Amino acid sequence: MIEQPLLDLWHGFGVALEPHNLMWSFFGVLMGNLIGVLPGMGPISAISMLLPITFTMHPIPAILMLAGIFYGSQYGGAIGAILLNLPCHPPHAVTCLDGYPMTRAGKGGTALGITMIASFFAASFGIMVMIFASPLLVKIAFKFGPAELFSIMLLGLVCGGTMSRGSPLKGVAMTVVGLLIGIVGTDVNSGVARFTFGFVELTDRVELVALALGLFGVSEFLRSVNRMHVVGSGTRVRMRDMRPSKAELKQAFFPMLRGTLVGTLFGAMPGTGPTITTFVAYAIERKVSKTPNRFGYGALEGVASPEASSHSKTQVDFVPTMSLGIPGDPVMALILGALIIQGIQPGPQLITEHADLFWGLIASFWIGNILLVLLNVPLIGVWVKLLQVPYRFLFPAALFFIAIGVYSTNNSLFEIGEVLVFGLLGWLFMSLEFQVAPILLGYVLGPMVEENFRRALLLSRGDMAVFLTRPISAAFVVISALIVVLQLFFAARAALRKRRDGTLAPAPRPQEG
Amino acid sequence: MFSFAQGRFDIPLEVGHLQFPPAASARRPPLQQGVPVRRLVTQYNKDYYGGALMILIGLWAAIQGKSYAIGTLSRMGPGFFPTALGVILTLLGIAIALSARRVPKDAPEEKPLPPEWRGWICIIASVAAFIVLAKWGGFVPATFAITFISAMGDRDNTVKGATILSLAMVAICVVVFWWALKLPFSLFGWGGV
Repeated sequence: MIEQPLLDLWHGFGVALEPHNLMWSFFGVLMGNLIGVLPGMGPISAISMLLPITFTMHPIPAILMLAGIFYGSQYGGAIGAILLNLPCHPPHAVTCLDGYPMTRAGKGGTALGITMIASFFAASFGIMVMIFASPLLVKIAFKFGPAELFSIMLLGLVCGGTMSRGSPLKGVAMTVVGLLIGIVGTDVNSGVARFTFGFVELTDRVELVALALGLFGVSEFLRSVNRMHVVGSGTRVRMRDMRPSKAELKQAFFPMLRGTLVGTLFGAMPGTGPTITTFVAYAIERKVSKTPNRFGYGALEGVASPEASSHSKTQVDFVPTMSLGIPGDPVMALILGALIIQGIQPGPQLITEHADLFWGLIASFWIGNILLVLLNVPLIGVWVKLLQVPYRFLFPAALFFIAIGVYSTNNSLFEIGEVLVFGLLGWLFMSLEFQVAPILLGYVLGPMVEENFRRALLLSRGDMAVFLTRPISAAFVVISALIVVLQLFFAARAALRKRRDGTLAPAPRPQEG
Repeated sequence: MFSFAQGRFDIPLEVGHLQFPPAASARRPPLQQGVPVRRLVTQYNKDYYGGALMILIGLWAAIQGKSYAIGTLSRMGPGFFPTALGVILTLLGIAIALSARRVPKDAPEEKPLPPEWRGWICIIASVAAFIVLAKWGGFVPATFAITFISAMGDRDNTVKGATILSLAMVAICVVVFWWALKLPFSLFGWGGV
C-alpha cells in the first residue's frame, strides 16, 4: 500500500528533474515570485498572464511551470504583506496584522524567514497528504457516476459561495453569475448557441484568460487607480536578518503545526477559499495563546500559523482538482482550465493514464518549494526594491501585458473586448461589495455541473430522488444542506443577538496601520 | 473587502463568536457627513442596488433561457439549466435586497472614496484604443496608446514619464512578443488582424 505511491513518486522525481522540466519549473517560480511581489498582483493574475505562454508547450513542462508560478506568486504576496502592509492577495490580509508590526519593530526579516520555513513545512506536509490520499480518492472516484459528480460539485459551489469573505448570500449569487457565464457558448447536447448576443466568437465559450484578467486585473486597476500609492518604506532586509533565532523557531513551531493541520482540513473541503483558512488559523492561534493581547502588535505566531495554513491548504487542494477534476478554489479552477486546454481531462483516469504528469507534478511541488527557498534568500533585496515600483508605472505596463497576453490566446482582438467587459462588470460587482472570486469557480464548473445534472436525470428518467438514493451522492447533498442550514443559523443568531442588544453593531474594522 | 487606499484594509469577518480583528481595533472617529448624494450609496443602499442587479440579471437569464427549448426533467433541453439558474439568481437577488439593513444614525460612517473619473475613463479608453489601433494601425501604435493613455489616468504621472514608459513597452512588444515569441501580428498595418 505504501510502497506503490513511493515508487511512483521516485519515478515522478525522474520526470521533474529532467533538465528542461526543471528549467520551466524554475522559470515559473521566478516569474511567479516576480509578479507576486508587485503590488496588486496575486496568483490569479500571475497565472492568467503567463497562461498563454504555456499553450504551445508540452503538457508536462506547462503544468510544472504553472505550479511554479503559483508558489512563487503566493510567497511573493507574503513579502508585500509583511514589509509594506499591502495584502496583494486576500489570504495575506491576515499576515499583515502581525507581519507589518514586526517590520516596524525591525524584525521584518525574521517574519519573512519564518514565513518561508512555515510555507516549506506546510507544503511538504500537504504533499505527503497528496501522495497517500490521491490514490485512495481515485479508488472511490471510480465509483462516481453523474449523480455523485453533480453532488460533489454542488458541495464545492456551496462552500465556495458561502465560505468566502463577506455575505454568504452575495457569494452564492456570484457563483450563480459564474455558472451563467459558463453557459455562454454552444450547448454540447443540442448545438444551440446560448447567450451569445449574436457574436460568433462567443459560440466557443467565454475565454478563461479574458474572464480572469478582466475580473482580477482590469477591475482591480479601476478600483485602485489614484488610490494606491506605494510609499517606499525604506526597509532593508538582508540575508542575515532572515535567519530566525532558536527561540523564535521554537515559538513558531506549534503555531506552524496547527496552521498546517487547519490548512489540510480545509483543503479536503472543496470550495473553501484560502482566505477563510488563514482567518481560521489566526483565530485558533489567538484562542490558544496564553497572551492573546500580543496579537496585532507583532506576534510571531500570527504570521507562522496563517502562512502555514494557506500553503498546506493550496497543496491539499490539488487532490480533488487532479483526482476528481473538481477545483477547490479559483486558482485551482484556473489550473484545471489550463489542463483542459492542454487536452488533459483531470479526473480519476488522470492518475492512471497520465501517471508521469501526476507524479511529476507532485515531485515538482517539492522541487518548486526548494527552489523558492533557494531563490528568495539571495534575491530578497531585489524583491524589496521591486515592491517599491510606483503603482503609476505598474498598472499601465500591466494593462499592456494583459492585452497582449489575451490576444495571444486566440490571436484575436475580440478577447480583449471581453477583458474590458468583464473588467467593468467585476468593478461594478466589487463596488456593490460582491466577491468576484466565486465567479471563476462557477465559470469553470458550470459546463460540468450542467452536463452531469442532465446525464444523471437522463439515467434516472427524470427522477430527482437519484441524488438522494445513491449513498455517496446523498452524503454530499446532506453536507451541502448542512452548510446552508448552519449559515442560516449563524445569521439568525447574529440578528437575534443584535436585536437583543438594541443596537446594530457595525462590522468591526481593523485598526489602521 | 480590502482597499488599497492609504494602505489600510477592512475585513469584517466573524468566525463563530470570534471577531476580527483583534479587540484593540480603534474605531475610526465619525468622519464628516458626506454630501446628500453620497448618502444614496451607503452600505444599506448598496445591498438594495446589488439585489436589484441580481434580480435583473436573473430575470434576463430566465427569459432568455426560456427562448431555448426547456424540455422535461428526463430529457432536458438547452434552456432548462439557464432558466433554472435565472430563477435561482432572481430569488437570491430578492433575498439580498430584503436582508439589506439600515445603518444606524450614530454608527461611524464609512467615508465614500471620491470618484476617480480621470483614472476610470483613461483605463477604459486605453483598452478600447488598443483594440481599435491594433486593428487600424498595427501593434506599435496600439501598445503606445494603451500604456500612455492609462498612465495619464494617474494624476502623479507626467507626460514625459508616461512617454518613456510607453516607449519602453513598445520596445518590449517588438523585441519580446514580435521578434522572440513570434506572435502573429503586424507592427504597422491597416485592418490587418
